[in-house]
Amino acid sequence: MLMYTIKRLIAGVITVWFIATATFIAMHQVPGDPLMNDKAVTAEIRANLEKKYGLDKPVTHQYFIFLGNMLKGDFGISFTQQNRRVNDIIQDHFPVSATLGILAILFASMGGILWGALTAIYRNRMPDIIIMFLVILGISVPSFVFAALGQLLLVNINSMLGQSVIPVAGWGTIWHMLMPALVLGLGTMAFLTRLMRSSMLEVVNEDYIKTARAKGLSPTRIFFRHQLRNAILPVVTVLGPQIAVITTGGFVVELVFAIPGLGRYFVQAVQQLDYTVIMGTTVFYGAFLVLMVIIVDILYGFIDPRVRLA
Amino acid sequence: MRICVAAILLLLINPVFAQFEATSVDYENQIITIALTQEPPQLNGMKATDQVSILVLSHVMEGLVRYDRRGRIIPGVAERWEMDENGATFWLREDALWSDGQPVTAHDFVFAWRHTLKPATASEYAFILYPIKNAEAINTGQVAADQLGVVAVDDRTLNVTFERPTAYFIKLTAFVTYFPVREDFHSAKGEAYGSDPDDLLYNGPFRMTEWTHSASLKMMKNQNYWDRDAITLNAIHADYITADTRARLNLFIDGKIVHTRLDGETYKDALTQRFRIRRFNTGSVFFLEYNHRSERATSNLNLRKAIQHAFDPDEMVNRVLATPGNLRGESLFPVWLNGVNDKFRREYPAPQATYDIALAKEYLAKAKSELGSIPPLVLLVSDSPTAAKQAEYLQGVMGSKLGLEIKIDIQTFKQRLAKMTAGDFDIVGAGWGPDFDDIMTFGDLFASWNLNNRGRYDNPEYDRLVRVAMNNTDPKIRMDAMSELQQILFDDAVILPQYEQGVIYLLHPRVKGVVRRVVGADPDFTYASVAP
Repeated sequence: MLMYTIKRLIAGVITVWFIATATFIAMHQVPGDPLMNDKAVTAEIRANLEKKYGLDKPVTHQYFIFLGNMLKGDFGISFTQQNRRVNDIIQDHFPVSATLGILAILFASMGGILWGALTAIYRNRMPDIIIMFLVILGISVPSFVFAALGQLLLVNINSMLGQSVIPVAGWGTIWHMLMPALVLGLGTMAFLTRLMRSSMLEVVNEDYIKTARAKGLSPTRIFFRHQLRNAILPVVTVLGPQIAVITTGGFVVELVFAIPGLGRYFVQAVQQLDYTVIMGTTVFYGAFLVLMVIIVDILYGFIDPRVRLA
Repeated sequence: MRICVAAILLLLINPVFAQFEATSVDYENQIITIALTQEPPQLNGMKATDQVSILVLSHVMEGLVRYDRRGRIIPGVAERWEMDENGATFWLREDALWSDGQPVTAHDFVFAWRHTLKPATASEYAFILYPIKNAEAINTGQVAADQLGVVAVDDRTLNVTFERPTAYFIKLTAFVTYFPVREDFHSAKGEAYGSDPDDLLYNGPFRMTEWTHSASLKMMKNQNYWDRDAITLNAIHADYITADTRARLNLFIDGKIVHTRLDGETYKDALTQRFRIRRFNTGSVFFLEYNHRSERATSNLNLRKAIQHAFDPDEMVNRVLATPGNLRGESLFPVWLNGVNDKFRREYPAPQATYDIALAKEYLAKAKSELGSIPPLVLLVSDSPTAAKQAEYLQGVMGSKLGLEIKIDIQTFKQRLAKMTAGDFDIVGAGWGPDFDDIMTFGDLFASWNLNNRGRYDNPEYDRLVRVAMNNTDPKIRMDAMSELQQILFDDAVILPQYEQGVIYLLHPRVKGVVRRVVGADPDFTYASVAP
């Protein structure tokens, strides 16, 4: 188990290095000039800006400087917010994204497992058809639509009640988080529902379920102890990457609900060609994703002993 | 397990359980809540370039002079001043204090201006200090910063020597780049200067008390401000930061913010809510800028004249933009600019292009005979929905009316700028907003030496007229020159004016005294108050 973990960690480090290198190359290929702004500046000012950000050196040189700093855990200062360090940006805003993401994953996994199990039980009957229709909606409708609708719903609830019961945007209390987390989790919830449904249906015909039934166990007991527990494995597998996806994919939701998360920086940095923030957030998220996958792999071993033997 | 996590999560966040009761206006305490469109990237006045930073800085800082409620220059840190062709002298008031209680002195201005101009600071707005003697030479690294034509005669007297006579210098000193910075504080903070509320000293009507990056920013009345009796608001809470107009409209409907700007879509929703919709002209002009480099087809005058006569600014404003408030584009000089005694455009009406397809076709025929054939023209625009709509309209009009093929090239902000600078376009959708309240903020835009002249228009006569307006202080001579320049812009079809930007917005009916400004902080809440 220890060897297995170490091996996975080394592979993870190589993956992160690869992500960093690929992003670095891609970023420098994007047309446009990170130092250019509305007002044109003189050649002297430009030269000074280039010097400040090390852009006056050849790209390969810049790459090695970046790698060296990355190993020290320093991503430099932002191009757009010239007095903030990228590390501070990540430190300030990732916890926000993470809190929102965890809440969204809770919604998504609880909902996904519940609805998935229901559809499997009522296979091809009315509840199944309705839920699966909603699932398709949830997968195909982009989150900015849900975000706008969700916010409008809150506005309407508040105006119906004549007072602001649930805040429509902003950050600070659990009430601020409910709707954004729900919206953020919807896509994953739909995805998990489908996954759960198919894996439930697979399990239904397994021999051990037949055995359990033959033993005369109650349907509820069979459902919870045998069916659900076995069917949940694939869901756990995707949960790791999904956590990473949700904590990074919150750009639109963060924008609509005015939430100070890292997702906004992640996307805006690319639009503004803020090189240091692009590298910082991408490497950070890449490492986070890799870590999540490793953790799930290890957890998997606890849930399913067969994995450990392999 | 899951319930356990949820419970922990709840406990972690719980201390502020239901504290969101605050509404957008608080009469008893005179507090308003607003939303910012983005996180201020740079609360360092010497380097700020964007609207949001300028908005915040103009509330918490003050220059030698400031704009009053009606946009006139009034005393700020300076209680009086004198100016002639060679320079200006400012006498600072005794009771102008920093938020730590120390007086604002002439040295604070000298330091700020010198520091901004140092090449190492790399300030993008350094050019606005160029009327001061040696400023440009310092900025380009030829002369040391202490050679700048500004001297603190004593703590309360500031003496400025000009590089050239500058009729509008006093107005410039209201701009953020001219705000004072105290040297000891700045050097103590170093790189962190302006990055958090404690990393800035305030001398304006308000001071920043809280700044949670990307989330909120709170300003409180500055009790050290010399004119504190004129300030009614006790606090301005920018509790939301989002660029999403729909989210801001929802916040407004929910009574959470007092002000929001509308766009084409939210406008309709605001109408159904029966809000009073207000209009304001931002003072910015949008135009099509041609590429005048000789290898481009658009360097041909007849081709430009053809487009000029096939374009109908009324249709652009009424049918394409279709939100109230925009004015038809007629000139590079917007209607609000002052002339000699009245508005410039009233004293010197802009020449009008007749909308005349037959004439346009004549010009086009001439252009074709000169150029041989006309290649498809590349129209470079930004990636906003409005810009795309305008580009498609132009593509349609020029195609159907003149048979000109236009290729639309939509690019993100930075890429559009890079292409503009490289000259990789035939026509570019551009705009210009004023930095100060003088015609020169627009006038020198197409001078051959101006780096923002990205179409490389080069006309010695244009340059000469700009110099006349720059080097004279007599309003009549200056405005006459600008009028001739306006004529050249038209005759030579240097640009094609499209519209003067108007914005529509909502304002809480109980908030009074909010000033919309063409130059400086906009909107300006400095003199606002909450009515009962």
